[in-house]
Amino acid sequence: MKPAPFDYARARSVEHAVELLGREGARVLAGGQSLIATLNMRLSHPSLLVDINEVTGLDRIARRNGHIEIGALVRHVQAERSAEIAQTAPLVARALPHIGHPAIRNRGTIGGSIAFADPAAELPACLLALDGEVEIAGPAGKRTVKADDFFQGLFETALGPRDVLIAIRLPAATHDTRVGFAELARRHGDYAMVGLAAAARANGTKLTDVRLVFFGVGSTPVRARDAEAALAAGDLEAGVKALARNLDPPDDVQATGAVKKHLAGVLLRRVARQLTEAPQ
Amino acid sequence: MTAHEITLTVNGEEVREAVEPRTTLVDFLRDTLGLTGSHVGCEHGVCGACSVRLDGAVVRGCLTLAVQCDGHKVETIEGASDSGAIADLQEAFRTRNALQCGYCTPAMLLTAAELLAGGGVPSRAAIREHLSGNYCRCTGYHAIIDAVEAVARVRAGATS
Ligand SMILES: Cc1cc2nc3c(=O)[nH]c(=O)nc-3n(C[C@H](O)[C@H](O)[C@H](O)COP(=O)(O)OP(=O)(O)OC[C@H]3O[C@@H](n4cnc5c(N)ncnc54)[C@H](O)[C@@H]3O)c2cc1C
Ligand code: FES
Ligand code: FES
Repeated sequence: MKPAPFDYARARSVEHAVELLGREGARVLAGGQSLIATLNMRLSHPSLLVDINEVTGLDRIARRNGHIEIGALVRHVQAERSAEIAQTAPLVARALPHIGHPAIRNRGTIGGSIAFADPAAELPACLLALDGEVEIAGPAGKRTVKADDFFQGLFETALGPRDVLIAIRLPAATHDTRVGFAELARRHGDYAMVGLAAAARANGTKLTDVRLVFFGVGSTPVRARDAEAALAAGDLEAGVKALARNLDPPDDVQATGAVKKHLAGVLLRRVARQLTEAPQ
Repeated sequence: MTAHEITLTVNGEEVREAVEPRTTLVDFLRDTLGLTGSHVGCEHGVCGACSVRLDGAVVRGCLTLAVQCDGHKVETIEGASDSGAIADLQEAFRTRNALQCGYCTPAMLLTAAELLAGGGVPSRAAIREHLSGNYCRCTGYHAIIDAVEAVARVRAGATS
């Protein structure tokens, strides 16, 4: 199908974008890889698209004060090729190739993936597993929101209608950082049936600060807190059992909730193994 | 919904047109410029038939708006074909029966060319992964993988 009519404006700066978003029904347009698909299917009817693609300075990857900051307009492909991300955010580097297909990643942005907050998407889960933050510019200025507070419901985030996500910030990996990632999808490039992004800190043979974030199992990425505690106690079997309490995936077009729950256990075993391996 | 005047480069030539914001790049190329080598399938990013190059990168023509291309460079299968840059790939598709109806072929060629531009001989798995977003309802893919692999081998041999 073809989209319903809308107006279009190119933002010259973040401030200009926030100003343009003052119009009722205005929406940010980044890579368009989710938004334009929904326009074509007439699932959304914005009055105005505020194109942020020409705003300079939003496509930087920078390391500062023990963090890595990834600008909202960094395209998936740019992140995939970044040596900085491979080194300081290895979880994100592992997740990126699972997003769609090369042509989608040539255009899709990191900020768009986080702002869209698809419950089956890889990057929101990574942001949460890494205890990252989101930097937002809005009518009242800039603010920072922790990942734990950012994802609020199905496609619902801490972003207001006049907010622009400008960057995400992740703690840079250190020698004791351990990460794990796995997902099951029917075909490569499809959204996951179930996925797991995990991070922890190695302390001798033990793990601490374990964060296990499942995606494709609810309306947001979901932390499995009892399973986290079990893994920190070195008890994988208890961790797998705890998933029955921590996850309650609804049936969807991909699989029934019961199947998803079973697969979550399979993924936890795979990822637990990855968490014990030191990075090369 | 006012029309926007846009100026862009298409296959090396400057083009100036008025477009409605809702016009996708692939519709603009086909309907306004008559470049019908880029095809329209699903219109939501899944089939890959609409793939074109935007500033050198292969993107979905159905998930990009024409108005966004103001000031940018677009290249279609017509441009890539006329330049001769993918003649070897086209020939390999022909000799290996990597096309039947041809609906997927222009996009398949551009996507494969992007992978080959990286140099070396990619594994068959890497070729499959790179082409995973391009559907072909005729060939069953094997012949396409064969053709891309064969060209990679010849090109690698020719440069080493
Ligand atoms: C065939 C196909 C397969 C895909 N497979 C996957 C997959 O496996 N995993 C996955 O994660 N994704 C997948 N995607 C989606 C893709 O990753 C999108 O690129 C991404 O979800 C959105 O990023 P974008 O830059 O394209 O955002 P857009 O489509 O431009 O925007 C998406 C939404 O976010 C808002 N937005 C975007 N940027 C900002 C910002 N900076 N500030 C405020 N709001 C903003 C927009 O207003 C819109 O509501 C797939 C897409 C397609 C077409
Ligand atoms: S028509 Fe664009 S991907 Fe199918
Ligand atoms: S040759 Fe017919 S769809 Fe590929």
